[in-house]
Amino acid sequence: MISQFFILSSKGDPLIYKDFRGDSGGRDVAELFYRKLTGLPGDESPVVMHHDDRHFIHIRHSGLYLVATTSENISPFSLLELLSRLATLLGDYCGSLGEGTISRNVALVYELLDEVLDYGYVQTTSTEMLRNFIQTEAVVSKPFSLFDLSSVGLFGAETQQSKVAPSSAASRPVLSSRSDQSQKNEVFLDVVERLSVLIASNGSLLKVDVQGEIRLKSFLPSGSEMRIGLTEEFCVGKSELRGYGPGIRVDEVSFHSSVLLEEFESHRILRLQPPQGELTVMRYQLSDDLPSPLPFRLFPSVQWDRGSGRLQVYLKLRCDLPPKSLSQELSGPEQKAELGDGALHWDLPRVQGGSQLSGLFQMDVPGLPGPSGQGPSTTTPPLGLGPASLSFELPRHTCSGLQVRFLRLAFRPCGNANPHKWVRHLSHSDAYVIRI
Amino acid sequence: MPYLGSEDVVKELKKALCNPHIQADRLRYRNVIQRVIRMPKLDQWGQAEVLNFLLRYEPRSEEELFDILNLLDSFLKSSSPGVVMGATKLFLILAKKFPHVQTDVLVQVKGPLLAACSSESRELCFAALCHVRQILHSLPGHFSSHYKKFFCSYSEPHYIKLQKVEVLCELVNDENVQQVLEELRGYCTDVSADFAQAAIFAIGGIARTYTDQCVQILTELLGLRQEHITTVVVQTFRDLVWLCPQCTEAVCQALPGCEENIQDSEGKQALIWLLGVHGERIPNAPYVLEDFVENVKSETFPAVTMELLTALLRLFLSRPAECQDTLGRLLHYCIEEEKNMAVRDRGLFYYRLLLAGIDEVKQILCSPKSDPSLGLLEDQAERPVNSWASDFNTLVPVYGKARWATISKYQGAERRGPELPDTASFATSGPLIPEENKERVQELPDSGALVLVPNCQLTAEYFEKTWFSLKVAHQQVFPWRGAVHPDTLQMALQVVNIQTIAMSRAGAHPWKAYLSAQDDTGCLFLTELLLESENSEMQISVKQNEPRTETLNSFISVLETVFGTIGDIKS
Repeated sequence: MISQFFILSSKGDPLIYKDFRGDSGGRDVAELFYRKLTGLPGDESPVVMHHDDRHFIHIRHSGLYLVATTSENISPFSLLELLSRLATLLGDYCGSLGEGTISRNVALVYELLDEVLDYGYVQTTSTEMLRNFIQTEAVVSKPFSLFDLSSVGLFGAETQQSKVAPSSAASRPVLSSRSDQSQKNEVFLDVVERLSVLIASNGSLLKVDVQGEIRLKSFLPSGSEMRIGLTEEFCVGKSELRGYGPGIRVDEVSFHSSVLLEEFESHRILRLQPPQGELTVMRYQLSDDLPSPLPFRLFPSVQWDRGSGRLQVYLKLRCDLPPKSLSQELSGPEQKAELGDGALHWDLPRVQGGSQLSGLFQMDVPGLPGPSGQGPSTTTPPLGLGPASLSFELPRHTCSGLQVRFLRLAFRPCGNANPHKWVRHLSHSDAYVIRI
Repeated sequence: MPYLGSEDVVKELKKALCNPHIQADRLRYRNVIQRVIRMPKLDQWGQAEVLNFLLRYEPRSEEELFDILNLLDSFLKSSSPGVVMGATKLFLILAKKFPHVQTDVLVQVKGPLLAACSSESRELCFAALCHVRQILHSLPGHFSSHYKKFFCSYSEPHYIKLQKVEVLCELVNDENVQQVLEELRGYCTDVSADFAQAAIFAIGGIARTYTDQCVQILTELLGLRQEHITTVVVQTFRDLVWLCPQCTEAVCQALPGCEENIQDSEGKQALIWLLGVHGERIPNAPYVLEDFVENVKSETFPAVTMELLTALLRLFLSRPAECQDTLGRLLHYCIEEEKNMAVRDRGLFYYRLLLAGIDEVKQILCSPKSDPSLGLLEDQAERPVNSWASDFNTLVPVYGKARWATISKYQGAERRGPELPDTASFATSGPLIPEENKERVQELPDSGALVLVPNCQLTAEYFEKTWFSLKVAHQQVFPWRGAVHPDTLQMALQVVNIQTIAMSRAGAHPWKAYLSAQDDTGCLFLTELLLESENSEMQISVKQNEPRTETLNSFISVLETVFGTIGDIKS
């Protein structure tokens, strides 16, 4: 299957190189790949490239390039799945995936690769089986400091509003082979939704798409049975109807293979015995039919003086979330606006639900083309004015309405304190575009 | 051999693939294959490998085929995209004689493919988009109702946007054409020039079917007076006019004014061609061409000058008074001062043509102005699924057919893949005989160490004596259907140098035959075939005068191949 596997940093420095078949012919394959990648013409895809007699297939993850080469014509889906799974495994073992963590844990990475792949064939990627073979310990970076907010990651992080200290779960390796009594038994469940919206210039909604995932990161010993209860009115597909009222509906749902679904039909309960590490329990999609109103609406109006090239854009942003919720912009704490790269950036650190914010922006852009036959000053936007795109994060809110009712552990690991359970709901924007 | 999750699995699979005894017995073989499919403990990698192995299997009957498809159904719903795609490919290949089953499975895989197209992982998205395009070649309406999923978002990398635009162009139908065109129109004013140009070309593609709307949009785009947009629009117009002559009028009205905004070679050539061929309908055509001629000395692209020559001459035929002077100056420049020999030659050629007379010129230069039938040729009929089924779930759709052709040419010259020894004695490698040559058997695969000597006729008495003196070395049964045609069998055996000593006539019950063969070391193989009445099995008994197992096994496989071939002819 695979001939070589290597990991490059974002600048092309090789961090890991493993040759499974010895058929590189003495060439520096990693160097070849990077040169080819940077020299690729604009319209060719870098995902699968060909050079000499081998194919290079890679993914980008956390700024690193994970590359596999092969000389056979095999399934791209399997290869990409393998690379993603390797990225997750490395993240589980080393704490997080990044240039620093990989450089500190080179021995562990090579040991992992030895166990996962044999002569280029996949042996197993299951954390259960790998636990028995991996001996090396992960080297963790400096211990977490409460003031060091840069290490706050996805799992277990709460906003500054709530008083809960951010956990170091994001950077702590999950799969540690020593049975650490002091190791906290924790499990994190995240319901993460990505929202893609396209609104036309006349305000009509062209496209709305929600891609949701329920992700689990478990530090519990494997074999602990877990039951996750979802909203009971949760319906799959257009024809199902549960409970009273419109209910919470998704178009399609798919589960991880280890999830037991006997109680799903009746009570919307998922049962599983998760291995340690990260796992995507459930994936779902919803299009075209959101139960709640869209979180943001933008009302732009443009005044354009063709003669002098002065462009005045008045933006009114309305947040239609219920008043108690809070939206958070993914950037610094101060509101600011700047013009650069042919685009106007407006940063809003925090937007209260139900509020309305407006801003007037004045720019001098000489030489903008526009529709012919109009007078010198017009309200029609010039044709070069692109759409407005928003990027935001909505904590404690899911666009589809899906909520996790409970997370129960059937088996209490003896001798340890009560395991901590963290459940979090989050929506963030994938591509929220409003045309002007 | 991959690990596949457990030792048992590996054992079972080895049994299925490498044990010739199992392969010879169809029933046992089928049972092992079904056991392999049912393996409970395979993880997603094992499942993908098993599905890959099964691509070589050929079910003998429709019943068996649907049995296997039923077992594989659960794989289609797996959460691993590799397994789902592998199962889809297996379905498509196994069911190659049942197009409705193929369509069914493509409907089932729509959901997972669309989910992959909107996945967070860019690379997975790209691979899925390539496969969607592959499917659209055969089933253009398959994704039409999901066109919204293929709208581009601003943060996507360029290569994904290009693929999505191509997909949008291919899934257009009456219901969604309005929205798709609006979306594409939005892309035409994108910041990235490459992407805008790709969108315009896509509109040009759609214009072959929905000409009026597209021409309107393209005309509006000309009004922007942007260089990168105008050049591509004019090129699109040139192609469109050739395929859809009904839009010529609209195009001619839109053209005046473009010349100020075009600087690149392709755009200029397209504009000049249009002016030359359809110049009678464009009022200021001669003056635009005159402008080009004025600047011909500083023209950097010889292709443009050549196009200019042809176009001006064409226009001269329809509007002689206005073009005469300009044509003269151009010809003078090209013949006297031009340094590029190709251009000079063309100038000379046209000059001599003109000297020959105006009728000659008309004859040569008045080509047809459009060729709508070319459009039909290019929008080729939907290719059947079977033409690309074997490429599904491989790297071929990801590269695209054109690039793959260059890659495989390169690879084929480089190395010859070694044949794995396990697969050499595969009795299920398809029927060997094409439809026309029913009587002749193709060359048998190299049966290892066995070389049978031709023309070693044994006399009947010698055969009988040797037969009774030897013990049976090997006995087996071979499934058989219907009666035996002795002539066919005899001839088939003759080809592989097995002589028939005696054979019952057709329709005899029980039916018997005695065969003999000798290999190059002098080892004799004596065979008895027995077909009882109402039996669906042929009993084979082989006696060998020297105990050598490998040659015996090779002989058996040769016999089996012959029977397999004969059986395929009849069934």
